[in-house]
Amino acid sequence: MPDKTPTSNAIEVRNLDFYYGKFKGLKNVNLDIAENRVTAFIGPSGCGKSTLLRTLNRMYSLYPGQRAEGQINFYGQNILDKGQDLNLLRAQIGMVFQKPTPFPMSIYDNIAFGVRLYENLSRSDMDERVESALTKAAIWNEVKDKLGQSGLSLSGGQQQRLCIARTVAVKPKVILLDEPTSALDPISTAKVEELVSELKKEYTVAIVTHNMQQAARVSDFTAYMYLGELVEFGQTEQIFMKPAKQETEDYITGRFG
Amino acid sequence: MDKHISSQFDAELTGVSSRVLELGGLVESQTRHAVYALAQFSSEVAEQVVATERQVNALEVEIDAELASIIARRQPTARDLRLLMAISKITGNLERAGDEAERIARMVKQILAQGSPRNLPSSELRVAADLATALLRKALDAFARLDVNTALVILKEDDLIDAEFNGFVRKLITYMMEDPRTISASLDLLFVAKAIERIGDHAKNIAEFVIYVVKGADVRHTALTDIEKAVL
Repeated sequence: MPDKTPTSNAIEVRNLDFYYGKFKGLKNVNLDIAENRVTAFIGPSGCGKSTLLRTLNRMYSLYPGQRAEGQINFYGQNILDKGQDLNLLRAQIGMVFQKPTPFPMSIYDNIAFGVRLYENLSRSDMDERVESALTKAAIWNEVKDKLGQSGLSLSGGQQQRLCIARTVAVKPKVILLDEPTSALDPISTAKVEELVSELKKEYTVAIVTHNMQQAARVSDFTAYMYLGELVEFGQTEQIFMKPAKQETEDYITGRFG
Repeated sequence: MDKHISSQFDAELTGVSSRVLELGGLVESQTRHAVYALAQFSSEVAEQVVATERQVNALEVEIDAELASIIARRQPTARDLRLLMAISKITGNLERAGDEAERIARMVKQILAQGSPRNLPSSELRVAADLATALLRKALDAFARLDVNTALVILKEDDLIDAEFNGFVRKLITYMMEDPRTISASLDLLFVAKAIERIGDHAKNIAEFVIYVVKGADVRHTALTDIEKAVL
């Protein structure tokens, strides 16, 4: 069941506009992402949900011509301010993508690679970190006997959990999941969803999904977006039982279009 | 209601809704016949009411199966989900209203079997019985049109039946005190009165679920003034 006990905010988005060149992809978005909760973003293709997710760790800064205006306060610090250490930011706000993106290296090194960028760990500390990350991503039992094998040798579902482990290994505060199960079969999807519920005990999770039932299953809060605007944001239970806006109702009941 | 992208889903919702109305029609006529059997002390009509029970039960089971199938395949949300939840509850209430009608019919047969029914104050039940039948019809109308205002009227009118019931119980007590030989038949009549009162309650429950579908507010066990506040 969704967690309704109040908590503080990990991220506060204020008056956020986003531009792809001249095209305005997000229009004055305001919302809070609660700590140790799962916040889901739903909406039709092109509504801006992935764009919003990509602003939260400034993934967009990799691309020229894309810019954000407004404020994204991450524990009080506006990450849109100039002079941010983006690598550090992305370690604190990790991201997992739609398609699993394991590095072409061993399972062990897939995890250790990111950790080595930020920390200098002894061999035994690194072993511990790798095991703990893989355990948290609920894949340890499946890979513990083949840590030397290539990450690419795993199934799609395992690869995705490996990527989640890689994110977890650098001890982030927030994990962003961009359609993490859309390329997975139902069993792997169920495992990742189960994992999301586990992850929120230690991390704040934001997830973009096309699968509305997935949002209903895993999230505590749901944001419905359309044409770059945040139409409705509230507790998941309220959004799926009794949305306040007709547009939200039309979308989640399949009357959209 | 606006249409779904899936017209098949629309057809399924319309289909199961009309099954509920079919069940409602069956139970309503059962109730009407039970009241008629009581007024006329007609064993024949009472027998008919009892016979309809089987149809009602079968329809209830069919509707539940349809509901389960829709929920499993469509994962309904929001208003659709509320509609299906409400249908499940409304079906249960209709079936039990049918049981009450059957109970009345059985009592009528029992009273007839004991002889001299016309000495009993059964006509005193007329007002309550007519109210209950009308309320049930109104509840079905409210569901068919998803009409909150009619639902609110039903919630108010159910109080009238309750008042009639209490009045009738007092009359029965007087009657039994005057002539102890009628105690047995009077008790039967008390059960009939209770059954009528219960039919009114079921109509009221249905009205509450209509409000739930349309407004998303669960108004069960809520004072009428608070309901009006929540709905308007």
